[in-house]
Amino acid sequence: MPSSSPHETPSQHADLQVSGVSKRFGTFEAVRDLSLTVERGSFFSILGPSGCGKTTLLRMIAGFNAPDSGDIVIGGRSMQGVGPNRRPVNMVFQHLALFPMMNVGENVAYGLHQRGVSTSEVKRRVGDMLDRVGLPGSENKGVDQLSGGQKQRVAIARSLVLEPTLLLLDEPLGALDLKLREHMKIELKQLQAAFGTTFVYITHDQSEALVLSDRVAVMNHGVFEQVGSPQDLYYQPLTPFVASFVGNNNGFTGRVESIVGGCATVRTPSGLALQARMHAPLPPGAQAQLFVRPEAVVLLDGSQGLLGNGWAIYEGQVESLLFDGANSAVLVREPQTRTSLRIALPQTGQYAGLQVGQTLRFGFDPHNAVCFGASDAR
Amino acid sequence: MHADANRNGSLLTRLGILLLFAPVVLWLLGLIILPHTELAYLSLRVRLAPRVYEPSLAQYRMFFEEPLYLQTFLRTALISIVSTALTLLVCFPIAWTIAKIARHRMRSLLFLLCLIPFWVSETVRALGWTILLRESGVLPALLVSLGITDKPVELLYHDATIVLGLVYTSMLFMVVPLISALESLDDSLIEAAYDLGGNSANILRRIVIPHAAPGIVAGCIVVFMLTLGNYLTPTLLGGKSSQWFTEQIYSQFITRFNWEQGSAFGFLLLGLSTLIVYLGLRVSGQKFTDVMART
Repeated sequence: MPSSSPHETPSQHADLQVSGVSKRFGTFEAVRDLSLTVERGSFFSILGPSGCGKTTLLRMIAGFNAPDSGDIVIGGRSMQGVGPNRRPVNMVFQHLALFPMMNVGENVAYGLHQRGVSTSEVKRRVGDMLDRVGLPGSENKGVDQLSGGQKQRVAIARSLVLEPTLLLLDEPLGALDLKLREHMKIELKQLQAAFGTTFVYITHDQSEALVLSDRVAVMNHGVFEQVGSPQDLYYQPLTPFVASFVGNNNGFTGRVESIVGGCATVRTPSGLALQARMHAPLPPGAQAQLFVRPEAVVLLDGSQGLLGNGWAIYEGQVESLLFDGANSAVLVREPQTRTSLRIALPQTGQYAGLQVGQTLRFGFDPHNAVCFGASDAR
Repeated sequence: MHADANRNGSLLTRLGILLLFAPVVLWLLGLIILPHTELAYLSLRVRLAPRVYEPSLAQYRMFFEEPLYLQTFLRTALISIVSTALTLLVCFPIAWTIAKIARHRMRSLLFLLCLIPFWVSETVRALGWTILLRESGVLPALLVSLGITDKPVELLYHDATIVLGLVYTSMLFMVVPLISALESLDDSLIEAAYDLGGNSANILRRIVIPHAAPGIVAGCIVVFMLTLGNYLTPTLLGGKSSQWFTEQIYSQFITRFNWEQGSAFGFLLLGLSTLIVYLGLRVSGQKFTDVMART
């Protein structure tokens, strides 16, 4: 996959380039000097908590808000002064915004009629599009007769029938129940692959972003904390925010005690010493934030010896069992320092009989944990 | 035992419902049904001599035989329709501003501006217009001082003056259902339509008006009925030449003391408004129940 870090020079293969865009609402800075490039045909997600500015960014790309500064280039053309109805961009709204006064066919045909496409051609293209999204022959159905997932598909069909350069999706799965959401995730990814349209997807759900995207930008307080592949974000977080926001993570704060190689030993205020790879060099005595993924922690049987060199081994009591099928975990409390730690259970069923109060031994590879200087925290 | 208890319970419930509806029923019976029955009875008889009456359709025949009555009748209907249409045109942008553009305090302020004229009585409002429009009034003097007219012109007693007064009087009754209809329109529908390439005119025609249709029709029905049945404004602003149908009814009842003829005219007006409202609903494709839910 071609790399596309922000601030890169304009690329020929980019469908969307945002450069130095800012937007304020009164004294609130919703988006701060933000740049991004989205490659043609890719699935790009913007992931962030609510209020991070992602919706504002999306609305600026769609043309509903004008940036205070900076430029947005779509398909090689600057969008300054171009209204939302003249941009080669379509949007799937959070609550879909299907027109209740029209049937399914009229909804999908709306944009084509606006472009002055002939009636017979509109009919053909609407039929084709409904076939492709798996709703053949439902032109005359009312919007109210559709299920949540079908509405979703109509909303996407209504946009894709216009063959936009860019499809923007504003948390479209937010209103669906869990089962359907999981199903629609897969469907969205398949639709994107089938159409090859560039998707820009915003969500606060990290699982949606990780599953769907080629690249993800993690956004917080109006800026991107990190842009990269889902794997990068998960395994190589660049900031404490990314480490704690993407996936489950055990987070600790403490003071750097000693440094061996690239790894620091950090002691928490309650006295627990933990080792982790340093994201950037830290001096001894510095304040640090340390993250250990639940699945990085290895449970040690009595029979097993030490798994790695120099691993610190801890003992703790099972505080609670968090059974969730394949995602099952256990909360373990280290008795001396009263520190709780979430540990993923291996899927072998080996620990199926685990009881609350049982004592476990565990350790983790310091290279699978990461620590940041506390000043990195935003 | 149980069945008895249930029966008692349901009896009590029924009694409760009956009591709850009693004021409405009494009101309907005492103020609507009884007087109208009496009027219907009056309209269907003819006076032969003092205290001697005979059942007859003469009152209704009179209406069709005397061109003045028929003309007044049609004129009233036409001006009412024009006034209703103008009220809708004037009020739609106002309602749109209040419902969709204004925020918080501005919104309450604008709504208050619509409401304030209704704190004074219709008579005072109509007389206010006469102060502005009469020959020696404010507006003709202004026209002279601006050099638009040589001498003061009489702006009262024209059909346009009647329409002006009727529109002004009816505005609130149009604005309120329109605001509630437009408020319920999800902004994202408008944005979605823009996003799909729609322009303002098309969005108004295909998204906003279909959504607001029950509110529009509700407002139109109320305004049309108020206008058709208005007596004060046409009389004060239209003067002797206003020829409003309610004036005919008034003069039959009060001036000529011909209650029989007045009653017949009253029923004809009721029939006319019902017919026009029915046609309006048919043309706009709205259901009466939907529309009434909006008023």
